[in-house]
Amino acid sequence: MFSKKSLKLLTDPINKNNPITVQVLGVCSALAVTVKLEPAIVMALSVTFVTAMSNFVISLLRNTIPKRIRIIVQLVVVAALVIIVDQFLKAYVFDVSKQLSVFVGLIITNCIVMGRLEAFAMANKPIPSLIDGIGNGLGYGAILVIVAFFRELLGSGTILDIKVVPQALYDAGYMNNGLVILPPMALILVGIIIWVHRSKNKELIEN
Amino acid sequence: MKFIRNTVDKIKPNFEKGGKFYFLHSTFDAFETFLFVPDKVTKKGAHIRDAMDMKRNMIIVVLALMPALFFGIYNTGLQHFMATGQEQLFWSMIGYGLIKVLPLIVVVYIVGLGIEFAFAQFRKHEVNEGFLVTGMLIPLIVPADIPLWTLALATAFAVIIGKEVFGGTGMNILNPALTARAFLFFAYPSWMSGGRVWTSGMMSGEGIIDGYSGETLLSQAASGATHFVNGLGEKITSFDMFLGNIPGSVGETSVIAILIGALILLLTGVGSWRIMLSVLLGGISMGLLLNAFAVNPAMAVPWYQHLMMGGFAFGLVFMATDPVTAAQTNRGKYFYGFMIGLLAILIRVLNPAYPEGMMLAILLMNVFAPLIDHLVVQANVKKRLKRAVKINE
Repeated sequence: MFSKKSLKLLTDPINKNNPITVQVLGVCSALAVTVKLEPAIVMALSVTFVTAMSNFVISLLRNTIPKRIRIIVQLVVVAALVIIVDQFLKAYVFDVSKQLSVFVGLIITNCIVMGRLEAFAMANKPIPSLIDGIGNGLGYGAILVIVAFFRELLGSGTILDIKVVPQALYDAGYMNNGLVILPPMALILVGIIIWVHRSKNKELIEN
Repeated sequence: MKFIRNTVDKIKPNFEKGGKFYFLHSTFDAFETFLFVPDKVTKKGAHIRDAMDMKRNMIIVVLALMPALFFGIYNTGLQHFMATGQEQLFWSMIGYGLIKVLPLIVVVYIVGLGIEFAFAQFRKHEVNEGFLVTGMLIPLIVPADIPLWTLALATAFAVIIGKEVFGGTGMNILNPALTARAFLFFAYPSWMSGGRVWTSGMMSGEGIIDGYSGETLLSQAASGATHFVNGLGEKITSFDMFLGNIPGSVGETSVIAILIGALILLLTGVGSWRIMLSVLLGGISMGLLLNAFAVNPAMAVPWYQHLMMGGFAFGLVFMATDPVTAAQTNRGKYFYGFMIGLLAILIRVLNPAYPEGMMLAILLMNVFAPLIDHLVVQANVKKRLKRAVKINE
């Protein structure tokens, strides 16, 4: 279905050009929403939707946007999309929406969204832009889900709110790790992911 | 001795280039230099030759820690038997302390050295001696009852995230021993704070006398006590604090044992007197300042008692002076130390969430140490540049 080029657009941001681990964008929200797995997944999907759709729309408009006011135009599009996502979450998954609180609104300022608009959508056709947006959203989401998985497992002993650490282990003296719940540990986990990622892809290591 | 030398010489070819076990050469090297003076000499350039290498530095610090360790072992037993209301002989207190404290040391060394060796193998460099001291420090700054698996986890965290990711011994930004303690403090607060963890046996609660309170002096001060009492309600004098027969982390209670260690460090020149002095001055000035206002009992705690409570003395002598994480310039050391003393007492008294501030103060200033050094160096560059310009005119 995909040509080789568009497949590359989709998979590159997930691995070798990952927005979080390689470009180091959008880290702030990665720290804030990854205490539990469920909000992290919802956040990942929301960001994917926003990057994909805004990339698509801006790419359609790219020839008509005056250069000097392009940031404003981009922001209007992104803001409209974020409001749609926010209202959708409030309507269908209210609990998660409450947990994510302000961070859904803050997708507007997510560097990944603006970065892709400036770097890709302004210079490419709509369909490749759409694919690029999906790829970057998923690349961001993949890291979010990995971090959230470990934080929820070690910090609360659950996965998607289902208890996975057996009671017998708690009785034997095991305790949930309180540090994992705190934001610094999310940063350390992202750091470890970057470490593993770079030792697998040596060409990413800067001198 | 000769026998060991011969054995080492016999198996040595196996670990040299081309040998069967070449991949284990850094491990072999570590053991050989641990046993004997290394025979490698530098061939190029001018060097100052001195017996004061890293191994000797580390061994002196470990020696300086011994008085605190021995007192800690005794005090663990003492506090336990006080809480269970038993009259016990000196030797049974030592025995109980040994049973409690030795496992901590063994676990920390096994986990820490295991990781150090693995990294040395993997990265193909020599095993450094850095962990020798860290491994002795960690058991001394935790409560004796801490579950061993959490201690192992904290040690692993400190060695990997605190040290190895920055490039190993000598490259770390944060003090590894305090990183381990901070990990425990934030990850498992139920074992690191509160009134019950500091006396061995109180968490399980078996055989403890009714109404016995294991609160440390710091938490008593934080909760507004005007004078300090031990678990039985007897008054604790300043002399008790100096001697150290009070509840607390294993090695940090006895000021006198720590002072012996400080003396060893100062006489051998291993610990920086500038840092020790300035931490002391910082603590005293903040203590005096708080005493001057003294609007609540915690602020009214006399300044000299602040120096003897909690981890202040231990941090002052063994943690703040860590040559890797402290400021390197002489003028920077004064500022670095002074701020540690100041912040430790400030956090201790004014922040109700943290009854002890020494760990946080040192870690915070560890982060600032490179900046302090940068400023000192730049100021010096500017001063000398000015002088040079003046002469040229």
